[in-house]
Amino acid sequence: MATKGERILEVRDLVKHFPLTQGIMFKKQIGAIKAVDGVSFDLNRGETLGVVGESGCGKSTLAKVLMALERPTSGSVQINGRDIAKAKGAELKRMRRNIQMVMQDPYTSLNPRMTVGDIVGEPYDIHTEVAPKGDRARKVQELLEVVGLNPDHINRYPHQFSGGQRQRIGIARGLALQPEIIVCDEPVSALDVSIQAQVINLLERLQNEFNLAYIFIAHDLSVVRHISDRVAVMYLGKVVEIGKDVDIYDKPAHPYAQALLSAVPVPDPEGREQRERIILQGDPPSPANPPSGCRFRTRCWKAQEICATEEPLLQIRPGTTHESACHFAETHDVVHVN
Amino acid sequence: MSDNPRPDTQTLTADQGTQTPSPPVKHRKKEAKPASLWSDAWHDLRRRPMFIFSLVLIAILVVMSFWPSLFTSIDPLDARTCELSSARQGPSPGHLFGRDNLGCDVFARTIYGAKNSIIIGVATMAITAIIGGLLGLIAGTRGGITDTITSRITEVFFAIPSILGALLITATFRDAGLGIWIVVFALSIIAWPMTFRIMRAAVLTARSQDFVLAARALGAGQSRIMFRHLLPNAIAPVIVVATINLGGFIAAEAALSFLGVGVQSPDISWGLMIADARSRFLEAPLPLVFPAVFLSITVLAFIMLGDAVRDALDPKLR
Repeated sequence: MATKGERILEVRDLVKHFPLTQGIMFKKQIGAIKAVDGVSFDLNRGETLGVVGESGCGKSTLAKVLMALERPTSGSVQINGRDIAKAKGAELKRMRRNIQMVMQDPYTSLNPRMTVGDIVGEPYDIHTEVAPKGDRARKVQELLEVVGLNPDHINRYPHQFSGGQRQRIGIARGLALQPEIIVCDEPVSALDVSIQAQVINLLERLQNEFNLAYIFIAHDLSVVRHISDRVAVMYLGKVVEIGKDVDIYDKPAHPYAQALLSAVPVPDPEGREQRERIILQGDPPSPANPPSGCRFRTRCWKAQEICATEEPLLQIRPGTTHESACHFAETHDVVHVN
Repeated sequence: MSDNPRPDTQTLTADQGTQTPSPPVKHRKKEAKPASLWSDAWHDLRRRPMFIFSLVLIAILVVMSFWPSLFTSIDPLDARTCELSSARQGPSPGHLFGRDNLGCDVFARTIYGAKNSIIIGVATMAITAIIGGLLGLIAGTRGGITDTITSRITEVFFAIPSILGALLITATFRDAGLGIWIVVFALSIIAWPMTFRIMRAAVLTARSQDFVLAARALGAGQSRIMFRHLLPNAIAPVIVVATINLGGFIAAEAALSFLGVGVQSPDISWGLMIADARSRFLEAPLPLVFPAVFLSITVLAFIMLGDAVRDALDPKLR
């Protein structure tokens, strides 16, 4: 097995704009939803990168572009040095073996008219070179066992399972091709809290067992903190802060990250007393027409003139430990938990 | 079937380790035979009384269509079997269903009429379901320009008034020597857009679900997505509508016969018999009732068959 820490995914200046059109017969582009607008990051083998941000900030679009389900407007997604965003046909199909996905909703992500054996075995039907035909049933049963399901249940249908078990089926399907990277698009947000913990722990165990790298998208910060090595905070299609999980959680530098963290529920009543609440005013602006300069300036309490004219770059700012995109970045522990 | 909720639901950081929620494995040695939707559906169908019953009915109707002499010794195509003097006579020994306006035996005519009616009904149903279904599947799956073009073409066909259009087509091709197939052809042209629309709508609903995205992420090709993922999830309404339409096609054939195209005397069809008996219905209802009952039984048999197949294809209803 290759060593941990080797870079396997390089995302550079990724942009995805959805055109807004007008007219029925003759469509005219009148603008674009800037869902993802210049995102760059790296992912190392065996590492987990958490991606957080509120609804509509482009997290799921990012996942789709990484999975080559959407073509990016520009930018590149290099997996082991090859760009999946430009791959086509047989090459794309081969590259898909390396990056797989666990979806958010376990109720719609499994075909209700396929048996569990067919669902988990489908990757082998598509990529026939991975497993010889006689071997597939055994492999499917092994996978079910790995994710903690009864391998005798291959002839059951998805509706006969609970939400958590369905998510395990989805994970088994993602593992079938032995990918190096798994994109988890809010894999636990549709589950009960108790089941969330089981699925998260399963994902962690699988990571150790198979040296997987995760892109873990979520809006629940405590879940992300638990599983991530590094965290990226997104706002309106851009990464505003990225760094090690302890840095982000204990020393957030960007005002948006601080505001997000101040909203995390604290189980300890005493800690709750100490914690400060930053309540943002207004709604996020439309991604079709984002504010000039810094995109967060319309809701930021630190905003000054420079924020409207000059876009802050994602870089390490003086007095902070990791990259953030704010002219007035300064470390501030909002949670106050030791 | 639940995930055994853990008592401490408060925190995610508590290490719940590698506990697995699956029940203890009982018979690991038992060789589980891989099942699929279609094999499970077939397995399920074989023990549905409704399916068996409808199949038996259909089998009887088919035998009746192709070997009518097994059921009656009277040949209604032979004019000598009709007695004008006993027209509209009620049931009597040897003439169980009585006689019609021309004194012909209603039972024998009903038996002999099955062939034309059933061929027209079943063939039109099959053609509209296959053509409309397949085009709807393609249009719904591919979307974009393919969908736009096929949908506009369908709308052109939709704009043809049904009976008038069928009348026009049959009248145009009546000398082509196609017999009743010209009726099948005409009715299919009129009816396929409906199946198309239903299939397309069902595919569009299925297509937006995540499992299609998951299949694409695995690298599945278009035909796999169409036939493994979309078709099984979109076929139910098409089956229902196709089987209900079957009766409509047999009735439409009657209308065409009535208008002077389609099946004509001395050929026999249920539609023709119903149309003939209509004028004297109050005096002699039986010549109309018997073919109508047979028509209803045929339609019922196919609707039950369609219902059973639809239910068997839905794992949740098994």
